[in-house]
This record gives sequence, structure tokens and C-alpha cells, in this order.
Amino acid sequence: MAGLVTALMAVVALAAAAALGAQAGMAGVFGIAVPYVAVAIFVAGFIKKVIGWASTPQPFSIATTGGQQYSQPWVKQAKFDNPSTPGQTFVRMALEVLCFRSLFRNTKLDNRPAEGRVGYGSDKSLWLFALMFHYCFLIVFVRHFRFFLEPVPMAITGVEFVDSILQIGVPTLYLTDVFFVVGVSFLLARRIWDPKVNYISLASDYFPLFLILAIALSGIYMRYFAKVDVIAIKQLAFGLVSFKPVIPPNVDWSFYMHFFLVCVLWAYFPFSKLMHLGGVFLSPTRNLPNNTRMVRYINPWNDPSIKPHSYEEYENDFREKMIEAGLPVDKEA
Amino acid sequence: MSKMAPPEEVMNVDYTTPAEAWMDVKPEFKLGNYSYPGKPEVLKYLGLPNPRVWNPTEEDWKLPPDWKEIITEGFRELLGKYRSLKVFMDVCVRCGACADKCHFYIGSGDPKNMPVLRAELLRSIYRGDFTMAGKILGKLAGARKLEEDVIKEWFMYFYQCTQCRRCSLFCPYGIDTAEITFLARDLMNRIGVNINWILEPAANCNRTGNHLGIQPHAFKDMMDFLVDDIETITGRRVEPTFHRKGAEILFITPSGDIFAEPGIYTFMGYLLLFDYLDLDVTWSTYASEGGNFGSFMNDKWMKKLNAKMYAEAKRLGVKYIIGGECGHMWRVLNQFMDTMNGPADFLEVPKSPITGTVFDNARSTKMIHLVEFTADLIRNNKLKLDKSRNAGMVATWHDSCNTSRGMGFFDEPRYVLENVVEKFVDMPTQTIREQTFCCGGGAGLNNGEFTDMRLRGGLPRGNALQYVQQKFGVNTMSCICAIDRATLPGLADYWAPGVKVTGLHELVGNALVFDDEEQERTMNLRQEDLPGIEGEDE
Ligand code: SF4
Ligand code: SF4
Repeated sequence: MAGLVTALMAVVALAAAAALGAQAGMAGVFGIAVPYVAVAIFVAGFIKKVIGWASTPQPFSIATTGGQQYSQPWVKQAKFDNPSTPGQTFVRMALEVLCFRSLFRNTKLDNRPAEGRVGYGSDKSLWLFALMFHYCFLIVFVRHFRFFLEPVPMAITGVEFVDSILQIGVPTLYLTDVFFVVGVSFLLARRIWDPKVNYISLASDYFPLFLILAIALSGIYMRYFAKVDVIAIKQLAFGLVSFKPVIPPNVDWSFYMHFFLVCVLWAYFPFSKLMHLGGVFLSPTRNLPNNTRMVRYINPWNDPSIKPHSYEEYENDFREKMIEAGLPVDKEA
Repeated sequence: MSKMAPPEEVMNVDYTTPAEAWMDVKPEFKLGNYSYPGKPEVLKYLGLPNPRVWNPTEEDWKLPPDWKEIITEGFRELLGKYRSLKVFMDVCVRCGACADKCHFYIGSGDPKNMPVLRAELLRSIYRGDFTMAGKILGKLAGARKLEEDVIKEWFMYFYQCTQCRRCSLFCPYGIDTAEITFLARDLMNRIGVNINWILEPAANCNRTGNHLGIQPHAFKDMMDFLVDDIETITGRRVEPTFHRKGAEILFITPSGDIFAEPGIYTFMGYLLLFDYLDLDVTWSTYASEGGNFGSFMNDKWMKKLNAKMYAEAKRLGVKYIIGGECGHMWRVLNQFMDTMNGPADFLEVPKSPITGTVFDNARSTKMIHLVEFTADLIRNNKLKLDKSRNAGMVATWHDSCNTSRGMGFFDEPRYVLENVVEKFVDMPTQTIREQTFCCGGGAGLNNGEFTDMRLRGGLPRGNALQYVQQKFGVNTMSCICAIDRATLPGLADYWAPGVKVTGLHELVGNALVFDDEEQERTMNLRQEDLPGIEGEDE
């Protein structure tokens, strides 16, 4: 609970700081300085972390297999759960990254002592909401490119069109906005209500959830309630990416709050568990083929000086007894 | 085991989480939930630091004065050597998907047996010592200081993990707690915190070639007993050879198969099969341990013990190696052997002399699993098998963790089993194949003092077994792992009394019909009367 409260307070404080700061005439700080710094931290931090991982040797091939191995032709291999070639491994990774394959497998413990049985029911809720959350995040992210690009590419207008297909309200409601909030809320609720997950949760688990929720809600507020001046915001965004920053007038404080929270997310990203975005590609249990009997896997620090207790020493130890037992020896006594 | 509560009670696991945060809960050592520490003389033999007599239930663990630096430096070293560790320390999102996947959590309800929390025991130190966020934010970022209680907690929970990797299968990032356990044990070894049931067998394997420390002449004696038994049962005198230079095949199996029931029946099955095929195979007392106890310690000892296999194959000049029914042996063999001790360029790609099948799935290691070999024989109609010699058996199959999650070996053993017994049923889907549950004894936890916890950890497997016993009348559980053969009988006695545990080649040995049989088989390899023959009740 302490973690939850701390994280919530931290996010509230950050949001308040931006809202008040912007109204107190610090638009330049929140609109120009902070975003540049945040993006710089994100890029540098992300690269450093990934290079740190990638430059560390993976001494052993430790693929976790999820099905039948490659064997004789008459035995059907589970190609994408137990890949033996780089191509199959690629598919395994794609399924993992794009469809959350491992999470799809999730089960739930169902211990019923009264009936004398313990079962493992299928549990796809985490998979479903996690997938919803991540894809909505992606689409919302892509949609935002219209603020930086002129003319707005077809791909983005296309996404927007589909996203607002229900044509509810003015401005039209984006479906992803709704599902995004639903997704984050589920992940948050689960952390609070599932005793197991609650017990393992740290402030650093709640913080990004609250932060992302606050970003979503402030964005929704801007768009649907404050109905902020989009042209002005686009001018600001454009200035940032073209390195000719400007602070246009008529930008509502709610924009600065939203934008500041996004910047916090950028800057926080490389130092947090959010780095699973990069790490998922580097997980050796998933990104290596199970072909270690066919192809020698090299460990760069394999120590050739480690030798077995030699047969010679062994025989020296036991020669007489071996001879007596009629076991062949290399050297007679 | 007499003190153990009955299964109905043990099933009633309390899954509520404690009121205190996990960092504030201290481990409590009670008889039955931990294994005894390594004996000083064994540590000395293995060249491990800090040999001393100590007791986990006492306050003072007699750690070396500079233990903190040793751990921190060791951690730094491992982070530089293992990408797996580095990534696994960083990317866990604590989603909890792995939480209820571990048999020790399911059976004990202790939240620190949730794989995610087991790994957090190490991660919390990693964050405190090696990350900026942890250094600045401390507890808020999930970091904590390295104290003696942390080591005590490590000892408790990293020796309550059988490295079965079930958690890894379900983790969205493939985080493998077994890998974390492996490296945590490496760290603990550096300050003399370890368990005897790993170290002593490892020392024995090194010196005598097998985990019990049986010397070569006694090994040969054991083999002679089994050869005599085979003669009693079948009327055949099989003639296994030792250290025969120039043989085509070297056969290596876990030494558990030769010393203890029910492994010995599997062993007799091997001998009968080799005799049936007139296979040019030899045994070695020097390299007579397939199981790798070093893999429960650190990478150095894993490599050192494994190295004997190739060394012996080279000395004897065989063409390739066949390995017996063993779990950890195959994890090490399948995934690590070639890396550590290859290339095996002095051997040839295995080719069955009976069927001509080339095992190109082992073209680099040059070592195949006996079950692949046997499945291929059956597939090619090279074995005459009489299922009725296993009559009365309703068999199920226990996928051993290491051949499952470390290899993906599912269909071949089932194929062999179906060809030697009349009736075969699988246990429920979520307890078999890649989702299989551990016997509770892997990674060095198959010792007497740990029985209580092991039987609790055996809940998922035991319950699944009980289910098929009640529903389908299953009375036999077959498996291909020596640790399984040692632990599952106890597990079955406790959770599903009446179910008997067998290796796969025991059943093959029973069913094999020789062309020139001089003596009618009236007994199986356990010297029990065959059904429908003499001595049958009623
Ligand atoms: S499933 Fe993986 S990411 Fe989720 S809590 Fe477990 S180890 Fe962490
Ligand atoms: S490897 Fe097995 S025993 Fe260890 S934490 Fe994972 S599920 Fe539990």
C-alpha cells in the first residue's frame, strides 16, 4: 500500500507542478526546456541500456522449449514453440512481441481442497488487457504524429479514420482512448485486488501506471472538454522538432500538464521496468533456437583450463581394485 | 515422513499473503524446509571457500569477514558474464504471470516461492548496488541493502527451487528463474553457503565417477548382480563390457540407475536391449555418471564434471555416445555440453547400426538419447515386443522438467511407451508436456531432510497422478529421469498410493521377445509374477 500511495502522490505532484507552473508563466520551461532534456535522457538512456545488454556475452544457449523438438521426420516438431532454425526463431519472437504468445498460455491456480483437486484454469484476462493496452498505446502514439508532420501522412489519417469510426460526439471519440483507459485501469485494479500481485508490487510498479493514466486522462480532458487550440499546439510541436522552438499564445494550461507528464515518462523510461520494451528482444530463452546438439554454440569466456579429473588419476587411485575386479586398465600395476 | 500431515490436510494450502511487506519477513528454518549445509571436508576437496561446521537454524552462520565484498564483486562478475542475468534483473514487470506456476508456491503458499519474488530476492540487491534509480530512490525502486538476513533468505529460497523452469514458460519475457537460482547459488558458494547433498555427490562424481562414491570394483559387482538377476528372469547371460577400446558406442546413464530401486530395473532394461541388438557398446566406470551435480553449483563444476564424457569417449575411441534416461544430464547435454567441452570432432555423427537412421539432430554433440534410438528401432520394426508382459498396467507418463523445458522431448517417449504397454493415458493437459510439474527433487533437493517440503512441492504432480489413478485406474507412472525414479515413488506413496514408478526401458526390457528364448518369461524385471502365469492370486 505504501508503494501505491507514494506513486499516486508523486504523479499528482508532478501534474500539479506543471499545471501551476504553466499558469505562472513558465510555459517556456514546460514547453521547450523540459521536452528537450527528457527526450535526450530517453534516447541516451535507452541506447546505453540496450548496448549494456547486447555487449554482455550470452554464454549458454538456454532456449525454453514449448513443444516437441526437431527430431526424426516422423515426429512432428512444434516449429514455433521449439524452433531449431533462425527463421523459426524469428517467428517465435514475432509471436512473442506482437501477440504476447507466452502470456496467452497463462493459467490460474484453482485449488479446491474440499474436492481434493487442484486445477489450472485458462486465464486470458491479463493477456487480453495487456494486449489492449499496448496496442492502444501504440495507436495513440502514432496518431500524435499529426502534430509533427505536415502534410499528415495517409497512414496516420487512415488510423484516425478507423479509430473514430463510431463518430460519437464533437470532436469525434477515438475508440483507442477508451480502450486505453480501460486497459490501464485493469492493470492497476489487478495490482490492487489480486493479493499475489499486490504483494509483489512496488512503488515503481504503480508509478508508471498512474503516470500513464494521468497522461491519458489529461489528454482526454484537453481534447473533449477543454477543446484546446489544436493549431497553436501544432505550432509548438512543429517548433520543437524543427529546432526552432516557439511558445504560441492561447495554449491551455492543460496541454502543459499533459505534455509534462509525457516528458516525465520519457525521462523515467530507461531507468525503469518499462525497459521491457527493449529487453523482450534480448531474452535468451526466447530468441535462441533449440539447436544446440546440431550447431555448436560459442561461449566467449569458456575456460579451456577447466579439465576433467583425468582417467589417469582415476586409474592411479583405483588400479589394484580394478585389476582384481577384472576391469581393463591402461597401465598394469 | 511419519510426521507429515496427510495429503487432505497438505492440500489445504493457505495462500493469503502476510500483512508485512516481503522485505520485512525473515526466513524461518524448520526441520523439513531446508537442506543440511556442506560438510567442511567436502568443501575442502572441491576447493570451495570457507569450510566450517555451521547450522542454518543458528544465528551465526560464520560467514567470512569480507563476505559483503565477495558477494558484490561476484555479482558484478556474473553480470558481466551472463546477459541472461543482466536482462532478467532489468525487465521483470512484476506482472505475476509466473507467480502461481511454481510447484513450491502451489504446495506451500509461501509468497517467496513465487518465482517473481524468488528473483526479487536477488534483484533487490542488484538495484541497490548496481542501478542509479535504486541508489537514489532505495526502497521506492525496490532496492535494499545487503545484510546477513538477505543471505539467509537466499539460502532458504534458492534451495527451494528445483530449477524446473516452469515459470519461464509462462513469463512474457521468458525470464528464467532457474537461471537466476543457478547464479545465486554460484554467489553463495563463494562465501561457503551451500548444501551437502549437492557438494558431496559432486565430489564423488569427480573422484569415483558416480554420485554415491562407489569405487570401480564395487560398480562392477553391482552390474554382476543385475546380470545374474537377468539370467534368473530370462535365462540369458548378458555380457556387458567395460572400458573396451574401439567399441562403437559408449553408453552413459545416471548412476542412480545402477544403485537403487527402481532405477536398477531400467538398467536391466538397457542391458537386455543391447544384448537383443548385439550392439557394440561399452560402459565406463570412470564416466559412469550422467547426472551433473556441478550444474547445481556453478558453471565451473558443471563443465568439469561434464568433460568426463567426451574425455572417455576419446580415450576409448568410440564413434559416438548414447545417453540413458536422465533429466539434468540432458539439460546439460542438450544445451551446454558442446559449448563447454566441444567440438567433438573425434566422434562421428550417430548412425543407428540397426536401422541406418542418421541422427542429424545430434550432428554436433554426437550424443543421442537412448529413447530416440529405441523409438527409431520400434518405428522400423526392429523390436519384437509383447505388451502382455506388461499386462495389467495402466500407465501414465511423467515428463521430466529437464527433458521437457530444456529439450522438447515429448513424442518419442510416449511412442515407446505406447508400444510396450496395453493402456496408456496422459495426466491433465496443464500438468504435462511443456507445462509439466516437477517431482520436487531436482537441482539437488532430493535429500532426506527436505522430504516434507518436497512432498508439499509434489502437490501438483501428486494430485494429477491421483486424478488419473481414480479416473482411469492408472497404476504405473513411467519417466525418463533418475531423480524422478528416486523421488516419485515417495511422492506416489504419499499422494496416490498404489501407483508404481518405472523407467521407460524397464518396460521395454519386460516386453522384449528374443528369437531364441530358452526360458519362458514368468516374471518381470522386478521378479514379480507375470499376470496369468503362476502364483496369481485367486
Ligand atoms: S512472469 Fe516474468 S515479468 Fe511477470 S512477474 Fe514473472 S518474471 Fe516478472
Ligand atoms: S524454476 Fe521451477 S522451482 Fe524454480 S521458481 Fe521456477 S517454477 Fe519454481
